[in-house]
Amino acid sequence: MGATRTGRKPPRVGDQPLFRRMLIGIVLVIVALLIVAPLVVISVEAFSKGWAVYRDTIIHPDTLHAIGLTVFAAIVAVPVNTAFGIAAAWSITKFDFWGRRFLLVVIEIPFSVSPIVAGVAYLFVYGLQGVFGPTLDEYGVKILFAIPGIILASMFVTAPFVARELIPLMQAQGRDLEEAATSLGASGWRTFFSVTLPNIKWALLYGVVLCNARVMGEFGAVSVVSGNIRGQTNTLPLHIELLYHDYQAAGAFAAASILALIAVFTIIAKVALERQGAGRVRRPALVANSAEKTQ
Amino acid sequence: MKIRLENVVKTFETFRAVRDVSLEIESGELVALLGPSGSGKTTILRMVAGLEYADGGHIYFGDQDATDIPVRDRGVGFVFQHYALFPHMTVAENIAFGMKVSKVKREKAAIEARVVELLRLVRLEGLGGRFPAQISGGQRQRVALARALSVDPKVLLLDEPFGALDANVRHDLRRWLREIHRELGITTIFVTHDQEEALDLADRVVILKDGHIIQQGTAEEVCRNPQSTFVMKFLGDANVLAAEVRDGRAYASGAAIDVSGMADGKAELYARPADLDWSAQGPGIPASITRVLDRPDGRRVLATTETGELLEFDVEPERPVKAGEGGFVTLRRAKVFAV
Repeated sequence: MGATRTGRKPPRVGDQPLFRRMLIGIVLVIVALLIVAPLVVISVEAFSKGWAVYRDTIIHPDTLHAIGLTVFAAIVAVPVNTAFGIAAAWSITKFDFWGRRFLLVVIEIPFSVSPIVAGVAYLFVYGLQGVFGPTLDEYGVKILFAIPGIILASMFVTAPFVARELIPLMQAQGRDLEEAATSLGASGWRTFFSVTLPNIKWALLYGVVLCNARVMGEFGAVSVVSGNIRGQTNTLPLHIELLYHDYQAAGAFAAASILALIAVFTIIAKVALERQGAGRVRRPALVANSAEKTQ
Repeated sequence: MKIRLENVVKTFETFRAVRDVSLEIESGELVALLGPSGSGKTTILRMVAGLEYADGGHIYFGDQDATDIPVRDRGVGFVFQHYALFPHMTVAENIAFGMKVSKVKREKAAIEARVVELLRLVRLEGLGGRFPAQISGGQRQRVALARALSVDPKVLLLDEPFGALDANVRHDLRRWLREIHRELGITTIFVTHDQEEALDLADRVVILKDGHIIQQGTAEEVCRNPQSTFVMKFLGDANVLAAEVRDGRAYASGAAIDVSGMADGKAELYARPADLDWSAQGPGIPASITRVLDRPDGRRVLATTETGELLEFDVEPERPVKAGEGGFVTLRRAKVFAV
């Protein structure tokens, strides 16, 4: 090759300086207005009446109860949905059965449907005028306007998170590894824990983190089924709304700051996991394996 | 261990992958299942392994009916086309896996000793600490083999074992697999679509088409006596000439060959490129050269007969042939099949 070219390079598509600056500028303004400003407002407003008010709001029994309930909902819903996600991903990617594709679509429904629809649907199923409501009421089982309803609604909304992370990865990995392990004499559980799980762990954790964030922040579906009973069936997001309607702006912002804090931790965990290769279909080790296949 | 398949059938949804296959494999034999894609060869292998269940028929391991024994308990060593090494385990851990999960409990020291022994057998001493992503394709294939052998399988099954490797590595590994087989004497079945690989490596070649066994025998038997045009074409390059059989001789545009015992009528004459000779003078099939392909071991000539049939044959590298030249093709030997 000749000498290195100097001077102006011809612009590539959309590479003109003016266009580039405009585009970046627009994006920055939108990010500032839509995302950064509200977050700044939350932290400023939360402390606007001073540290004491902030602390009082947080340690108020109703707030503590709301936090506790939210954590409890997550403790139940996240493991259940994780187990469900692994089971669903496993069945869809490792077995052939009738209705497999259909199941794949059904699992995604909670993503596309508005959470409030889920809440209303639960009213029709478990409410006193609903399908199972009268029977359940006879036996004294209370689902709506109680903790079980909150957990059920949260689980509906977050059902796809883990499965959706695992399915593309497990599809790319195929069945060879499990077949190899089984042919070497490993039991089903052994195969899962020694072979499958280590190869999906980052994607699984990624799904769990996203699922957890969503359970803790869920508002729409939960607000329909919880009944908003302060100190009983109020989760943190519902509590924030309640405080706000009570004209306790500082309290609402203080409670909101907790949710914002959870979000920050979620983002940190998410980025860390993405560095490990989760959230993308292929992991480095797999790429190395498949590079060989193309030879 | 002797393996016997009896009228085995397998259907996937509507596709009949394997139709009524019966096959016997002697103890210690090295058998190739050879066929084009979709011929059912991999399905047969997977049924022997227990990775697929037969819809009909029986599979015997020795005198035991193994048809319904799950893969876990069947005691086979399976080598996958893309190795299927566990990417999160080192080479040594991969090889030790089968011994660790086995129902037969082994001492830790015994497992380690066996890993060292297997690494030596597959000539990968010192690579035990590497991860699969850190070794070459040929090395991965050898790890896969060591892993399959670690559990002392009754039968070794290999699915397109060299399919993903480049030609030179493939050639070496073939010789090496033959050596290992001689050393261990384990009954081995491998699947391939590469005729050369099957003929080079196997004691017996089983040729499959559309889920049926078309022909089986030693390399010599299937090469010298192909029983159908499919086998003739599948085993290697073949020239086809329209021919006619009259009174025990087959006549094809200027050439004739003895086919005593064949009924009169239309036929097709098949000849390998090496079965044809080229000369400037007759007699023979008049033809003109259309192209000359130079190869490391000789020159391949493409020619067209006067009736428009294409012929391929080889001449010595020193032979001065050029496109456009005319001459005569003579038949040294050929196979004739009635149409």
